[in-house]
Amino acid sequence: MSLKRVLVGVKRVVDYAVRVRVAGDGSGVELANVKMSMNPFCEIACEEAIRLKEKGLCEEAVAVSIGPKQAQETLRSALAMGCDRAIHITTDARLDQGGLDPLAVAQLLQKIVEKEEPDLVLVGKQSIDGDHGTTAPMLAELLGWSQATFAASLNVDGGTAEVERETDAGTEVIKIQLPAVVSADLRLNAPRYPKLPNIMKAKKKPLEAIDAASLGVDLTPSIVVEGVAPPAARKAGVTVESVDDLVDKLKNEAAVL
Amino acid sequence: ASTLILADHDGANMTPSTLAALTAASKLNETSAVLVAGAPSTVAEQAAKAQGVEAVFHVDAPPSAKGIASFVEKGGYSHVFAPVSNNTKDFVPRIAAALGVSPVTDICEVLNEDTFVRPFYAGNALATVKTTQSVTVATVRATAFEKVSEEGGAAGVEAASIDAAVAPELPEKISESSGDSERPDLTAARVVVSGGRGMGSGENFAMLEQLADKLGGAVGASRAAVDAGMVPNELQVGQTGKVVAPELYIAVGISGAIQHLSGMKDSKTIVAINKDAEAPIFQVADYGLVADLFEAVPELDAKL
Repeated sequence: MSLKRVLVGVKRVVDYAVRVRVAGDGSGVELANVKMSMNPFCEIACEEAIRLKEKGLCEEAVAVSIGPKQAQETLRSALAMGCDRAIHITTDARLDQGGLDPLAVAQLLQKIVEKEEPDLVLVGKQSIDGDHGTTAPMLAELLGWSQATFAASLNVDGGTAEVERETDAGTEVIKIQLPAVVSADLRLNAPRYPKLPNIMKAKKKPLEAIDAASLGVDLTPSIVVEGVAPPAARKAGVTVESVDDLVDKLKNEAAVL
Repeated sequence: ASTLILADHDGANMTPSTLAALTAASKLNETSAVLVAGAPSTVAEQAAKAQGVEAVFHVDAPPSAKGIASFVEKGGYSHVFAPVSNNTKDFVPRIAAALGVSPVTDICEVLNEDTFVRPFYAGNALATVKTTQSVTVATVRATAFEKVSEEGGAAGVEAASIDAAVAPELPEKISESSGDSERPDLTAARVVVSGGRGMGSGENFAMLEQLADKLGGAVGASRAAVDAGMVPNELQVGQTGKVVAPELYIAVGISGAIQHLSGMKDSKTIVAINKDAEAPIFQVADYGLVADLFEAVPELDAKL
């Protein structure tokens, strides 16, 4: 029995290779003219959804993203990777600081889940901008579903899934009932680069836009950002000439040996 | 107002990072109770001995998120704190959702009862955030706070009545595997020796293990080394892995990507060994050695 539908959440974030800058007035991280990409952990989630389809374990993969107009580019990337259609929840609120709270994000996704009725929701374990890592467990709780966070491997078998999870000490394998929310960790897979013909095809795949304000979720932030500052720079140290020099410094100067 | 600390544990022992969460709670100048859930009573007894703990509530069976939420509401707690770990990242947001609030994650400073500092963008920015919610649920970055003493407290342990989790919330555990337990835990070790892509292979990590064992330390790795399949993920140090702050951090063959630096830059003394003099890791190292690691590490090992 294959799954009818997998919903995969993808987020548009500052590209992982960009060194972010905090605005001089302390208002926040600068986003103007900065390269944006799909959050790396969302790419892994997206890849996993497409592999389920390719293995014949799922009939349809639907990508969903919350964000401004440009989040459509992220959704087109998901479609180019192989998702069948996309849902864009439109908002002008920032999603890296202030703006939409973790609870509001989970509640908006809950509305889409209730409409689309997927058997499985795949998301990244954390976004590399806000760094909250809260979407999967919060969404699972709102839906009353099972969850598996930090997935390193996923085996879907009818109404259940076996998930290998990254733990603090190593890994564990758990069996969860579907429907469920699973969050992707680093080792789940290596995402593909979309091929040019697929990028072209993606432009014609259906993309539905829904105004976040129309979904009946309170979008007022309850965590307000009062200021953003760069971290204190660590003082640069010295270059030692040899291993002997290093051992001497560690023993006599730093006194850590 | 009072704070409920959710103890983190591995089923047998309370984690030392829970002691740091107690310190964070103490900044609020309120009373602190600890909830030990899903663990035997021996863990609750450990919590009761910790300095400053006024009450310990204990429940054996893994509780449901809704069960904990109603325990928080009935107890009238204004704050719920837990130390950051993969374990707490799994269940704390679920509890927050059950309470109908957004959690404040990864706090590294407590300014007052509703204002906190938290890193985001892999630690490249620090946000001061103010929450206006009925209950503040926060996870605490343990390396940012001193640990309270694990001795000196004499709290009583009280059995708590909290609904146990049932399917679908509670998964069926099939198996569990953990890495080398001979070495100290990465997040609690006094010394950490980490390897990066420059190590070349998983086999080459043996020399870091030998060095770590000589120093009584733990072995870590950069995301690049984990990504390349050299070592398992639980060794990963960085914003998307573990955050460590040992007395001595030795980075070997690690270039120093932003996300790695975020996970180790609070270490007391940082040593970097890399043959590339331009590697960003040298900008945060107290002592930098520009050398071929395959010569320098065995030599260092021999001279210690």
